[in-house]
Amino acid sequence: MSVVIVDSGGANIGSVRYALARLGVEAPMSRDSAEIRRADLVLLPGVGSATAAMERLRSARLDTVIPTLTQPVLGICLGMQLMFEHSAEGDTPCLGILEGSAQRIPRDIGQPVPHMGWNSVAKNADSRLLDGIGDGIYFYFVHSYAVPVVAATTGLCEYGSPFTAVAEQGNFFATQFHPERSGDNGARLLENFLRLGGGG
Amino acid sequence: MVKGVRFRDHRDMGDIIELARRYREEQADELVFYDITASPQGRSVDHGWVSRVAAVIDIPFCVAGGIRDVSSAEAILNAGADKISINTPALENPGLIDELAHRFGSQCVVVGIDSRVSGGDWFVHANTGDPERMRQEPVATLQWVDEVQARGAGEIVLNCMSHDGVRSGYDLEQLQAVRERCGVPLIASGGAGAMQHFADVFVTCRVDAALAATVFHSGAIAIPELKSFLRDEGIEVRQ
Repeated sequence: MSVVIVDSGGANIGSVRYALARLGVEAPMSRDSAEIRRADLVLLPGVGSATAAMERLRSARLDTVIPTLTQPVLGICLGMQLMFEHSAEGDTPCLGILEGSAQRIPRDIGQPVPHMGWNSVAKNADSRLLDGIGDGIYFYFVHSYAVPVVAATTGLCEYGSPFTAVAEQGNFFATQFHPERSGDNGARLLENFLRLGGGG
Repeated sequence: MVKGVRFRDHRDMGDIIELARRYREEQADELVFYDITASPQGRSVDHGWVSRVAAVIDIPFCVAGGIRDVSSAEAILNAGADKISINTPALENPGLIDELAHRFGSQCVVVGIDSRVSGGDWFVHANTGDPERMRQEPVATLQWVDEVQARGAGEIVLNCMSHDGVRSGYDLEQLQAVRERCGVPLIASGGAGAMQHFADVFVTCRVDAALAATVFHSGAIAIPELKSFLRDEGIEVRQ
């Protein structure tokens, strides 16, 4: 089974690679569209701003490649937001795979922004990513923008108001939280994703 | 709610990895690796150990100490740290906060503030790792809290110096005052000696996390017990 991590730029996406290595999977980082198309599984992590990440994807023409992928794809954090149509961060058009858009978490919710820390996720639809993981389980979040609950939402979290924590539609999967930094439950979620590629 | 553990003097890597593993097993929510000697000696932390930690630890961790510029921060983040924390270098060059936030995003940028009361107000201190070079800055703590947020800090760790290592409880008065001004996550540091102290700081000061080192390292407080205590007190903790 081959797994590729899209090199979307930004620092510390290496932690996704370490998390896969702990599960026995060596995943190279790539911006090469042929290599990405060939992979059994693709991960799209992302740290930094939506504008910078989209520019980086565009410069490698990956903005047209990723939406046409047919193997399972997992977007993480900013990578999840990029899968939607638009981000309010820098008024950035995104990949448009999933319906919806990322909006700034309002400052007036009486809670600190960025939303940074462990928070619980409630399932609101059948979820392959959350298979075998209980309801109300804590995952680690770090973000200032969030996607409201939309058609593809399978798990939601509350921070001021409910937002999409897990999204799944066809072969596209996404988490707003960082499974690679979410202890045993995060590892289980990544294993669930790896299983979609016929391995584990 | 996040409970942090502060590491000092991570010279013996085997011990550090073991300790980090142990805290992770015990359900610590985040780890902070703090090189207390880095700033006073004008050197930076070396980065090899950061990737070793990142490879084995699957909870968030932050590296503090001696990060003086964008390139040293980038090396640490690329090695796998989730956040970097700056303290003295931010005082010497406040523009560094803007640069780091612009380059990596506010979520990576923690500003540590060492503060204590002096002449009726709280003041920021620099180089607190070295008694010879420690100095009080002219900037009042609350003013500095405003400024670092305006510059893009994504989290503030307030270390209340007069309470640090004393184990008589967190500095509730100061933390409350800072909470009023702080719209980003606020982490309490300095003073934890008993489980009740954690409950007090969460309830009274609405901090987002409490950091402690001594009581965890010494075994005086076990993290699983602390978490069930806090749960019983009605405070939300990760299970």
